[in-house]
Amino acid sequence: MQDEPSPIELTKAVADFLRSDITPLISGHQAFKLRVAVNILDLVTRQLTREQASDAKEVERLRALLGIDGEVTDLNRVLADRIARGEIDLATPGLAEHLWATTMDKLAVDQPNYASYKRELSRG
Amino acid sequence: MIEAGLSRSVVRWCPGATGVTGAAKLSGGASQETWRFDITHPDGVIGAILRRSPKGYGAAPTRAAGLAAEAQLMQLAFEAGVPSPRVMHVLTPDEDLGTGFIMQRVEGETIARKILRDDEFAATRPHLARQIGCVLAGLHKLPLDKLPELRSRGATEEIAEFERDYRSLNWPKPVFELALRWLRDHDPGPSREETLVHGDFRNGNLIIGPDGVRAVLDWELAHLGDPMEDLGWVCVNSWRFGEIDKPVGGFGSREELFAGYEAAGRKCDPERVKFWEVMGTLRWGIMCGGMMQRFREGPDHSMERAMIGRRASETEIDLLRLLAPRGS
Repeated sequence: MQDEPSPIELTKAVADFLRSDITPLISGHQAFKLRVAVNILDLVTRQLTREQASDAKEVERLRALLGIDGEVTDLNRVLADRIARGEIDLATPGLAEHLWATTMDKLAVDQPNYASYKRELSRG
Repeated sequence: MIEAGLSRSVVRWCPGATGVTGAAKLSGGASQETWRFDITHPDGVIGAILRRSPKGYGAAPTRAAGLAAEAQLMQLAFEAGVPSPRVMHVLTPDEDLGTGFIMQRVEGETIARKILRDDEFAATRPHLARQIGCVLAGLHKLPLDKLPELRSRGATEEIAEFERDYRSLNWPKPVFELALRWLRDHDPGPSREETLVHGDFRNGNLIIGPDGVRAVLDWELAHLGDPMEDLGWVCVNSWRFGEIDKPVGGFGSREELFAGYEAAGRKCDPERVKFWEVMGTLRWGIMCGGMMQRFREGPDHSMERAMIGRRASETEIDLLRLLAPRGS
């Protein structure tokens, strides 16, 4: 077991430093690059915070859908193959719900301000 | 140093011109650059734009029409009354500026978020969806026998090409697979008529002023195909920049787009437009994957490219909204 602070806390500390202390000092193209850098650290922080729980739920859904066990990456590969071969489609019970849940979990990390995501989130 | 080359060029073909000033690079990848500059002239300064491939970068990527074709198309569009910059000069080898062309600079805004939010465009925004329909109709009416040589690409070939691009990424995405199935199941087949297709007509590639659309830019993906492709692409959610209830570039409704198109004397096929919207959404998603791959393997190891890879999920939610809407 590694010591603390956790990677989440460390990444967030760097992002906060860049945002509060460095951003006011920089302008032009470098300011744009800095904003991208801060966005990346924020994304990493969100992923570190959420990934374990969302992957566990995704694996649970994939096992039920596919009837096999495995790592999240392997199960996704199998699902992609079965959709490509036409063995699973939107008429398959659980597929639409699974894809929606998985996609919402991705947007929560990648682009929580994306308008389509906010709209779907408000549906509950 | 580019100013010296440009000065030597303009005095040859622009009567009265004495030189150029203020050359600045606006954008540039490895193979293609855009520069702005001013031509000094006794009657007043003439704003100009250079699009070129620097020397040694003659070969265009497979999908691109090439700069010579781009210049020809823009000039044809200009002559037909489609908002387009006037092409002033096509570069010749002895000028030593690479390959490309010089066009008149059209003032206005291309940044989508500004066009959608800033007050100076408030009066024109409600008219843009209809106007875009009208502009697209004009573009699709350009006479085929005057066009440069262009690749011809219909729905079936496009599905196959995007599938190949996607598989080459080795990036299994169940939502993309679902979209590919849907596209194959709904492939409308060859279009009844083949026309010029702009290929990248969207908010961001249009110069817009307080008076409306002033110029259509970036013709590099022009080809022959189903005219409904352009109508579908302009509706892809990624180009609405947050205004998701206004499908046409965040400006207005499909009905307004179709009305403008039909008022200009052409017929719409809403089913085909929907097909191309799904196709376009997947196309942008796969392009995000391509950016990720170039970030990993290629020379462009930039943070921006890395982050575009993480925008593929935006197209996944938009594909689900199109193909498996909830609560409907």
